Amino acid sequence: MNLTPEEPERPETPKGPLRRDDIKFATGRIALFQYVIVAVFLFLISGFWDLQVRNPEFYSEQAERNRIKALPIPAPRGKILDRDGRVMVDNHSSFSLMLLRENLKLAEVRPVADGLGLPYDEVLSRLKRFSTQPRYRPVTIKEELSRGDLAFIEAHRGAAGFPEMELIHTQRRLYPRNGLGSHVIGYVGEVSEPELNTAEFARYNQGDLIGKAGVERQYNEILTGVDGQRQVLVDNRGNERQVIGLKEAIPGKPLRLTIDLDLQAVAELSMEGRKGAVVALDPRNGEILAMVSQPGYDPSKFTGGIRSRDWQELLANPDDPLLNRAIQAQLAPGSTFKPIMALAALETGAIDDSFGVYCPGGASFYGRYFRCHLKGGHGAVDFHRGIVQSCDVFFYNVGNRLGIDRIAEYAQLVGLGRKTGVDLPQEAEGLVPSTQWKIRSTRQKWYPGETISVSIGQGALTVTPLQMVYAIGGLAMGGVWYTPHVVAEPGRHETPRRATLNPENVAKVVYGMYGVVNEGGTGARAAVKGLEICGKTGTAQLASSEALKSMKPGEALKDNAWFVGFAPREFPEIAVVALVEGGLHGSTASAPIARDIIKTYFDKKAKRQPPQMLARDSAAAGDTGDR
Amino acid sequence: MTEYRSSRDLDWPLLALSVVISAFGVLQIYSATAGTVWKDAWWKQALFVAAGLVVMHIMARIDYHRLLELAPVFYVLGLVLLLGVLLLGRQVFGSRRWIPLPGGFTFQVSEFVKLVVVLLAARYLSELRGDRPGARDLLRLGVLVALPMALVMKQPDLGTALTYAAIAVAGVFFAGLRWQHAAVLALLFVLVLPLGWTFLKDYQKARLTSFLNPGGDPLGSGYQVIQSKIAVGSGGMWGKGVARGSQTQLRYLPVAHTDFVLSSFAEEHGFVGVAVVLTLYFLMLMQIVQNAQAAPDRAGMYVCMGVCALLLFHLLVNVGMLVGRMIITGVPLPLMSYGGSSVLTVFMMLGLVNNVRLQRFVN
Repeated sequence: MNLTPEEPERPETPKGPLRRDDIKFATGRIALFQYVIVAVFLFLISGFWDLQVRNPEFYSEQAERNRIKALPIPAPRGKILDRDGRVMVDNHSSFSLMLLRENLKLAEVRPVADGLGLPYDEVLSRLKRFSTQPRYRPVTIKEELSRGDLAFIEAHRGAAGFPEMELIHTQRRLYPRNGLGSHVIGYVGEVSEPELNTAEFARYNQGDLIGKAGVERQYNEILTGVDGQRQVLVDNRGNERQVIGLKEAIPGKPLRLTIDLDLQAVAELSMEGRKGAVVALDPRNGEILAMVSQPGYDPSKFTGGIRSRDWQELLANPDDPLLNRAIQAQLAPGSTFKPIMALAALETGAIDDSFGVYCPGGASFYGRYFRCHLKGGHGAVDFHRGIVQSCDVFFYNVGNRLGIDRIAEYAQLVGLGRKTGVDLPQEAEGLVPSTQWKIRSTRQKWYPGETISVSIGQGALTVTPLQMVYAIGGLAMGGVWYTPHVVAEPGRHETPRRATLNPENVAKVVYGMYGVVNEGGTGARAAVKGLEICGKTGTAQLASSEALKSMKPGEALKDNAWFVGFAPREFPEIAVVALVEGGLHGSTASAPIARDIIKTYFDKKAKRQPPQMLARDSAAAGDTGDR
Repeated sequence: MTEYRSSRDLDWPLLALSVVISAFGVLQIYSATAGTVWKDAWWKQALFVAAGLVVMHIMARIDYHRLLELAPVFYVLGLVLLLGVLLLGRQVFGSRRWIPLPGGFTFQVSEFVKLVVVLLAARYLSELRGDRPGARDLLRLGVLVALPMALVMKQPDLGTALTYAAIAVAGVFFAGLRWQHAAVLALLFVLVLPLGWTFLKDYQKARLTSFLNPGGDPLGSGYQVIQSKIAVGSGGMWGKGVARGSQTQLRYLPVAHTDFVLSSFAEEHGFVGVAVVLTLYFLMLMQIVQNAQAAPDRAGMYVCMGVCALLLFHLLVNVGMLVGRMIITGVPLPLMSYGGSSVLTVFMMLGLVNNVRLQRFVN
């Protein structure tokens, strides 16, 4: 080829032997080096083969996790409204702090906990509790963030601080501050480990809020919405680049209760500072208009996960504020049981119209002396006066004629001794004693003497306030019992439970209860001019050993004051039960409460202004004893 | 200069391979930096490549024998510049590697020193009297290479320093290393290793430990390896498409346009793309070997094989790192990684190879 003179170049080259074939000495090593090159490339390509062909799914998943942050959008729970659509339970905006766990370093936990004023151990144990959850699910570590918390978070977010902190906007429960209707409403809390294992809550995840009591629990499915999710593309600094998926939260449905806020408020106020329960319902359909249990609690303490100190306080309270006494207190009904006795006596023919007794202030049965509540005695007592004056001796005789099993039959007929089926969780059954029950439970014979106690609503007989108002309301309806409920779902149709009762017998009993209120009977304090209120007082002794155990020492001898009534006398529209534990006398403590509620009901119906509270004043005035 | 060189005799396949590989690099740099502060990098890289082609031609036309003659001068100049870098250089990412140039460019001396070491080793080894290098020869060469190595390690830049060693080791290998000497060198290496450990910076130690156990500190020094493996692995067989690699686009992959450019490429073009690129590199190296075999003299052979070994070492360390098979060292991928000094150096070396090729018809 284009050869040129070599002279200029040659002399300048180094002295070494530089003949053209000189490199032959290295031929073998160059060949060997070529194998090295091949080996290196095989080594490299196999690395890619390993990652890209054999395990691409693994790394794809890692890449997805790397870049996609899934943040929950908590669905607000449905509002709870009263029967007129007034808001009882609302939601309020609040911020929660979540910790993303995928890249969480343990060393970050303490400064975050300190910054938010949380105990480090609590945060740690919470993270531990969530350790079984998939790591892409963030953990809420603080709710209801304060301004200070928000400032701390703003200052420390981002790559330089703690990028694992994530602020979430939530709608949290806003309960009435004074605990209005707390037992009906219930409260929400984080789903517990045992609950997660039940079928009802199986679809929930650790950390989810569920209804724990009351309507919140009973209608949890309706109130709970469907949480949404926001999937955002994040870069390596945690900056959101793009929203790639947005599933809006579906809010829970609002729930309209049958509760009437006006009646509820009257009932709450009249029970303030007392212990007991009030239930008002419409016997024509079973709608519960008011339900109060005292002492109450503040449901808002539960919204952000109750603090253990508050929880311990509630549990340690001997008055058990969490107990819904309206459906869970099982107590002797005392004289409020007498109308049921009277009905049983007439229906079975155990007595006739001419039946009467002479009350000298007590009577002996089966070798034991039973006293009447009126020491001097009622003198000659017929059926009507027996109810009006609540004469114990009269009903001792009635009960003696009936026998325990016929008493039990009618007690069960009106709805005692079993759940009413109210749409609230954990209703109690109460107890209607019978010979069979005695044998079953104690393997002992029934003693006729025990029947005498049951005749006046004592002995083993226990009822819940709801059962009592349910029973008397249905009786007043002539033997028609609608299942009590606090939520009237649209299109609800109920075939009520009916009993074939002689209307004349019912009328006689109702007339007796009318007399109790309007003819100078024990319930005179329940009277309201122009309203045909009927009712029955009761002053029940805490005879059962169970009740004795649960008492505080101070109130050992105080009786429970009952009043159960309804209005109007014919075609009743409202039935009310009021129980004041340790209230001494049904006539003084409980009757005015029922009266105020009934009056409010009819005032409201007549579009009049709800009355001022009267019950407390009249109760303070004191009154003669009754039974 | 002489007249006998013709463009026709240039190694056109080698040129084509280098241009195609560079084009892939520019493409991937564009994809990896779009929308970032580095968004201008792709056209700068394209300029570097163009400049590289020019420099390559110049290098091809200066007789390499002349360059070999001047090797000691280059060597001393290199040492002085490396010293200058240490004393005056700009500190970037915790190390002093660059000398600022007018126009906002920087000049990475250690890259060009690679070229100097190639020439120096070729000159030294081609002048050996004996059949094989003796112990004294090895020691002398060792000292000569160790000087710039020490200066570069001081920057600190372990990866580049090791490339100098790779040139020397390869040269000695081709010169015909006695197995006894090889054994002694290996033994020395093993002995020096624990001593060297104490001289390493903390981050270098962390890189070594995280290479052995990348999951140990996923957000720390193991982060880069893990993210790189995720990028590569998630690319799968066919890749995610240009500018659609999430690891690259969302910056999980560190320095996706420089050291990790092939990870980024692997994510967006999959195994198929990687296989193509690695094949191109393979062909390039083989082409260089061919030139070595056809070299007119020992020195030419040493130059070509020095370049070849150097590029192979870069590929092994850089690509091995991407797939988690090598320790992280800041070694760029020749021609693809962004960086003017690196690109120009590689093209200068390819120019040297062409130079040797053009000389084969002499005599």
